[in-house]
Order: sequence, then C-alpha cells, then structure tokens
Amino acid sequence: MDGLTEYFDAYLSLFEEFDVLGAFWVNIQLAFWAAIGSLILGTVLALMRISPVASLRWAGAAYVNIFRNTPLTIIIAFGVLGLYAQLNLILADDFDLNFFRIAVLGLSVYHAAFVCESIRSGVNTVPLGQAEAARAIGLSFLPAARLVIMPQAFRGAIAPLGNTMIALTKNTTVAAAGSVAETAGLMLAMIEFRSDVILMIFLTFAVGYVILVIPIGLLTTYLSKKLAVAR
Amino acid sequence: MTSDSSASTVPASNSADGTEPLVSLKNVNKHFGELHVLKDINLEVKRGEVVVVIGPSGSGKSTLCRAINRLETIDDGDIAIDGNHMPSEGKALAKLRSDVGMVFQAFNLFAHKSVLHNVTLGPVKVRKMKATEAKDLAMSLLERVGVANQSDKLPAQLSGGQQQRVAIARALAMKPKVMLFDEPTSALDPEMINEVLDAMVALAKEGMTMIVVTHEMGFARKAADRVLFMADGQIVEEATPEEFFTNPKSARAKDFLGKILTQ
Repeated sequence: MDGLTEYFDAYLSLFEEFDVLGAFWVNIQLAFWAAIGSLILGTVLALMRISPVASLRWAGAAYVNIFRNTPLTIIIAFGVLGLYAQLNLILADDFDLNFFRIAVLGLSVYHAAFVCESIRSGVNTVPLGQAEAARAIGLSFLPAARLVIMPQAFRGAIAPLGNTMIALTKNTTVAAAGSVAETAGLMLAMIEFRSDVILMIFLTFAVGYVILVIPIGLLTTYLSKKLAVAR
Repeated sequence: MTSDSSASTVPASNSADGTEPLVSLKNVNKHFGELHVLKDINLEVKRGEVVVVIGPSGSGKSTLCRAINRLETIDDGDIAIDGNHMPSEGKALAKLRSDVGMVFQAFNLFAHKSVLHNVTLGPVKVRKMKATEAKDLAMSLLERVGVANQSDKLPAQLSGGQQQRVAIARALAMKPKVMLFDEPTSALDPEMINEVLDAMVALAKEGMTMIVVTHEMGFARKAADRVLFMADGQIVEEATPEEFFTNPKSARAKDFLGKILTQ
C-alpha cells in the first residue's frame, strides 16, 4: 500500500515539474491553425481537380501525389532546415513563434492533400445531374461549384474529413521534429528525467490524445448524419 | 471567339422578318467512340413551335436534345440559338444556356435547397434579380404548375410528379427563349405522368418554343406542331402529328409505331 502511494505521489509530482497541459495546449493550437489552413488549401485543390481546365487538374493532381506520399517528418524538417535555416524564410520575429508557424505551414500543406481527396470523394457523392442542372440555368463553373456542388460535396465528405482532422490532431506531435515545444518533445524529456514512472507517462499522453480526439469523431458522426443530403 | 462576337449582333435583324429559326442545327455530327450517335442532323425550330422527338432508345434523341445547350459537345456542325452560335465554353456559353430552359428525366432539383430556392437561384445568381422580386416570380411560377404549397420543402420530400413540375418552374424562371424536355415523364410513376404533361400542354398553348423528347404519344398528338422520328442517329421522318401517326412513311417508323401503339 505504501509503495502504491509513493508511486502515485511520484506520478503527481510530474505535473509540478513539467507543464503537461501547456504542451497539450500547443498541440491544440497547432491542430486548430493547421485545420483551417489545410481545409482552405484542400478546398482550392479540390476545385482545381474538378475544374474544366486541364492544366489546373494536372497541377492539383501533382500536388496531391507529391505531398500525400511524402512523410510528414520530412516536410516539417524541410520547413525548419530547408526553408528557415537555408532559405531564411522567417514567419515571425519571435524564435519559438517562427518554429510554430513553420510547423503549421508544414502540417497544412501535408494535410491539404488529404482534405482535397476527402472533398473529392464528397464530390463523387453528388450526382452528375446536379452539375448539369446548374449549368443548364446558366451558372458557369465557379458559381455552380460554390452554390450547388460544394455545399453537397462537403456534407458527403464530413466523415472522411473527420478522419483527416483526427490524423492531423495526432500528427501535430511531429512538430517536435521542427523544434516546437509540444507533447511529444515534452514526453521524451519526461522519460529521460523520470524513468521511475515511465508507464504512467505513456499512459498520460495516450489518454490525453484520446480525450482530445474523441470529440472530433463524435462531432463528425453527428454532423454527417444531421447534414446528410436527402435524395 | 471572333465568330461569337459577330453573331451576337445578329438577333435584331433576325426578328425583323420573323421567319428566322429560333433554334437551328446544321450538319451536326457526334460520335461516342466508335458509335456515330448523331449523323448529319439538320433541324430548324421556329419561334413558338412545339417539336416532339420520338424514336427507339439509342436513336440519339436525348443526345440531340442535350447537344442544343451543349451538355453534350458535338464533333462538327453548327448549333445556333436565336442567331447566336453556341460558344464552346466560358461565360458566353453560360449566358446562352441561361436562355435555354432544360427539364431532365431525373428532375435534377438541387437536393440541398428548398423548392423555392431551387427556382430563385437562377434569377438571383444569373439574372441578378432582387431576392424579393425573384421570390414573387418563383411563387407565381410554382402556383402555375400547382406546387406553390410545397415551396418550403426539400425536393426529396416531394413526389416525382411534383419534383418535375418544380423543375419546369425552375427552368421558366429564367424566362427562356426555348425549353428543352429530355424524356420528362420517363422516370415517373404512371399516375403522375399526366400532371406533368398537363403543365407542358399549358406551356405549349401559351406559345413557348419547345423541343420535347418523349415516349408520350398523347402529348405529341395534343400539343406538337411537328413530330421528328429518329433512328440510328438520323432524323428519319418529319411530319405533323396527324400525318405521322396515321400515315407513317418509313419502314422504321411503321415498325416503331406498331410496337408502341399495340400496347
């Protein structure tokens, strides 16, 4: 019994020693900004891939195939070592904020490829007749996409988009490779200095991510049912 | 591009003598791969004329109808609406399409929008009409086709016949010069066919120029000025409904009528 209390006290002392919640907060912010960035870029890419202009379709497909098939770690490392260290791309004067923004950029360009493909799968749920009817009343490509195709495509894409957002949330840990002080980096430091409670350290972060991600899954399941287009 | 801009000045001279066709197809050809679906089609439809296109399935009649507003591209030949040659793409094509109403076999109402918004979308976004004005127009058109009481519902909540009547109202809201109907009753349950045909007959009586692909011989008899019989991508026979149904000339037409009229 004493041993257990001792172990528990040792575990609790972790939270005084390390800012676990602060680290999670960094990941939440990474996920939030990268979600916005990847949704915007991914929507533009999806529009390019369904556009009537062959060169835009080609460019969209090339982007997706390059970024979807490149490991995220390499993209983040390239951001820091290539864009920042070599090419002097500076996104903020503050040292830490700069790395944070580079990580958001890397996460956004990577996940935009998956967002694009999710939206394209949503576009495939929209019958061809919807686009034909839109064209028949005189809407050209962009208005037809904005008013008729995309609103239905997004509703059909909620579940795959949710999967992409879940992956994005967990992939924010890769930002550790870009020198952002977040959970994965903190966990390694904790393991190094507090190997006495190593199992609890793993468990803490695992549970932390489950708590973060479950609401995304619940929300997307709810929305995909509620917003489904009746045909 | 150059031919488009010069053509757009033509309508004034067209309407002067009143005999220029509203829709004109000259030597139109189209292939689907090896299949020659439209073979050298020549067709002129006058203002106010109602033309019914009939023929066996696979004869190219739907393709012909869809080619008129370029939902199907053509390989060669020329299609003109009111003297304006069909542009191949872009804003000019969208502009011309806005003058050509289209009613589809599968209705194709915008599934995420209410009945009312289905009808107001074109006037507001294409014609830049004020929202209140568009709503009045939409409600009067929905009233005319008998579905005004359904205006707040989503398309999926309506019967097929009601959906198709909304689709007619949606097309009319653009104040089109000509209406194309691509087998408008083929996807309907039998008891709903007449409500749609009645709306179409009323439209024909009001003088709308119509090109109707259909299997409804009753509609052809009642409302058509001219019947086109298509087979194997060609217009085989062209006559008034009376003449066509009582005295078809070609063997293909006799055979076709024999099969459908004995039902």
